[in-house]
Amino acid sequence: MLLADIANLIRSKNAGPFTLTFDIMFADLASYRRVKDSGALNPAAFAKLYRCPVEKVCFFECENALAFKFSIPRPLTQGELGDGDMHGGQQFIPLMNLEIP
Amino acid sequence: MAPDKFQQIRFISPVGSVGGGICCAALDEALAQAPHFIACDAGTTDAGPFSLGMGMPIFPREAVKRDLSLMLRAGRKANIPVLIGSAGTAGGDVHVDWVLEIAREIVAEHHLTLRMAVIYAEQDKAYLKRLLQQNRILPLDPAPPISEGIIDSSSRIVGMMGVEPLQQAIADGADFVLAGRCSDSALFAAIPLMQGFPPGLAWHAGKVSECGTLVCEALGKGVIFTTISQDEISIRPYGDGLRCTPQRVAAHSMYENSNPYLHRECSGTFDLTNSTFDAIDDVTVRIRGSEFISEPYTVKLEGAALAGYQSIIVGGIRDPRVIGQLESWLAGVRGYIDESVSHVLGDELDKSSYSLIFHAYGFNAVMGSLEPDQTHLPHEVGIVLEVTASTQDLAHKLAQLSRQPLLHYPIKDWAGSITAFACLHNPAVIDRGPVYRFTLNHVAIPSTPAEMFRTHFIDLCRSEESCS
Repeated sequence: MLLADIANLIRSKNAGPFTLTFDIMFADLASYRRVKDSGALNPAAFAKLYRCPVEKVCFFECENALAFKFSIPRPLTQGELGDGDMHGGQQFIPLMNLEIP
Repeated sequence: MAPDKFQQIRFISPVGSVGGGICCAALDEALAQAPHFIACDAGTTDAGPFSLGMGMPIFPREAVKRDLSLMLRAGRKANIPVLIGSAGTAGGDVHVDWVLEIAREIVAEHHLTLRMAVIYAEQDKAYLKRLLQQNRILPLDPAPPISEGIIDSSSRIVGMMGVEPLQQAIADGADFVLAGRCSDSALFAAIPLMQGFPPGLAWHAGKVSECGTLVCEALGKGVIFTTISQDEISIRPYGDGLRCTPQRVAAHSMYENSNPYLHRECSGTFDLTNSTFDAIDDVTVRIRGSEFISEPYTVKLEGAALAGYQSIIVGGIRDPRVIGQLESWLAGVRGYIDESVSHVLGDELDKSSYSLIFHAYGFNAVMGSLEPDQTHLPHEVGIVLEVTASTQDLAHKLAQLSRQPLLHYPIKDWAGSITAFACLHNPAVIDRGPVYRFTLNHVAIPSTPAEMFRTHFIDLCRSEESCS
C-alpha cells in the first residue's frame, strides 16, 4: 500500500526560512502503528526521496499526535532567487507514493 | 485581575494573526468567561523576506484596524491587558509605528483610555557588529555565512523578543502592549509566568493557542480560550462547530517546527516529550506534563537584504513539438537573450550581473529537481520568465529584450518562423519592484534580556479627559 492511502494528512511547510518540515498523520493508532512497524518510513528512505545526505534528515515518531515528522535544510532558502514554493507547502509529493509493505 | 488568579489564569487568542478576521460572536462568548488577558500575534516570516526588507505589512490596513479595534475595545470593556507581537508582519520599527498609528485612530474614534507600551525590536547595526566581534552572535543550523558586510548590507535586522520586555511593560501598568518582533508563544506565556504558573505549561499553552483556530479539528471562524492551572492546560474554541481534539492539539504542538518536542525560546527550551493530551469534553483538551529547561539567554535574529529588482513576463506554450523539447528550447531562448543583451547593453554589464530564471509550470516549476515524475509531458506549459538585476530600469530592459526570443525562437520541426509563446499581457513586461533575501539564521547573546529592546510608554485617552 502507498503511504498516501494510509495517512490522513501528509504535509510540508517551512519551519522558518531555512528548514522544511514534513508531517505524516493518521486517523487512528492502528494506521500509525502499521506504518511504524513496517520500518519503511525512515531517514534513509527520506534522504533518497529528497536527494539529501541522510545525516541532514531529522526524524521523529510522535505517537501521541499519531504523526511522523521529518525536517531537512531547505534546498533553497525561502524566497531565494529560483525558489518556486515560498511556503514550502507543495514539497511533500514524493512521500505520497512511498510503498508501505 | 480576578481573585482566583493564583489558581487559574485564562486568556483569549482571538485570531491567528491580527488582520485575519476576528469572529465577533465567538469573542463575546469567550469574554463572558472572565479572561485575564487577550494576546495575538501579528507577524510571520512565512510570507517571505519582503516584509522585513521593504518595511511593509502583508495585511491591508483596514483588516488590521478592524481586528485591533475589536481587541482593544474588548480589553477596555473587560479591563484586561491586550498584547500584540510582531506588529505589522515583520516587527521592525516601521512596522510597529504603522500599527501604532492605527491604534491611535482607534483610541480616538472609540474614546478609549489606554496606557500603551510600545516595544521596538529593530537592532542597531553597530551594536550587532560589536556582538559579532565578541563572538556573541552564533549560527543556528543551517545558517548562511555572517560578517560585518552581511550586517551592513541587510536593510533591516530584528531581534525576536521573549517574555521579559512584555512582562516589564505589564508590570509598569500597560493596558496595551504593542511589540515588535516577538516569539509567538511568549505573548501568551508572559503574564502566566509573572503569576508563577509552571513554565512548561505557560509556554506550551502559548504554542498551541497562537495560531487561533488552526489548532481545531477543522479550521473555522472562532476564538481560542485557554486556561492554565498549576498542573494542567485546558484549551477549547468558541465558534460554531469548532472542536479541539487530543490528536489535533498534539499535532499542532509540532506545527511549523523542525523538532516536535523541543522549542527554543530566549530563556530556554520548552520540552513536550512527556506531554499528554486528553479530552475533557467534546470540544476541550487537557494538556499535562510539558516541561521547561532554562538555558543561557539568546535572542534570535532575522535580517533581509535587497536581492535586486525584478521584471517578469507571463505566458504559456501549447505546441506539443516545443513542449517535447522544452528544456533545450528554453536553453536556446536563454542563449539568444544573452546574446541580444550583450549586443545592446554590451559594455554595461556581463552575464553574471543579472539573473534570468524560467519557471515552467507543468514542467517541474514547483518541485524542480526533486520532482518524482520526470517523464510525464503536459499538453500545456505555463512560463514565468523572471529577470533580476541591480536596478528596475535594467531588469525592465532585460525583460523587454527577452520577449522576442521567447516568442519566436525556432525549432527544427517547423519550417519558417514560429510564435511559440502565448504572451498573456500587453505590455508584456511586469515590473515587480525590489526583491529581498533572508540574510540571518543566528542568535545574539546580549548582556541582559533588556538591552536589545526599547520600550516607550504612551498614555492615550479620550480627548475630553486628562491623561495624567
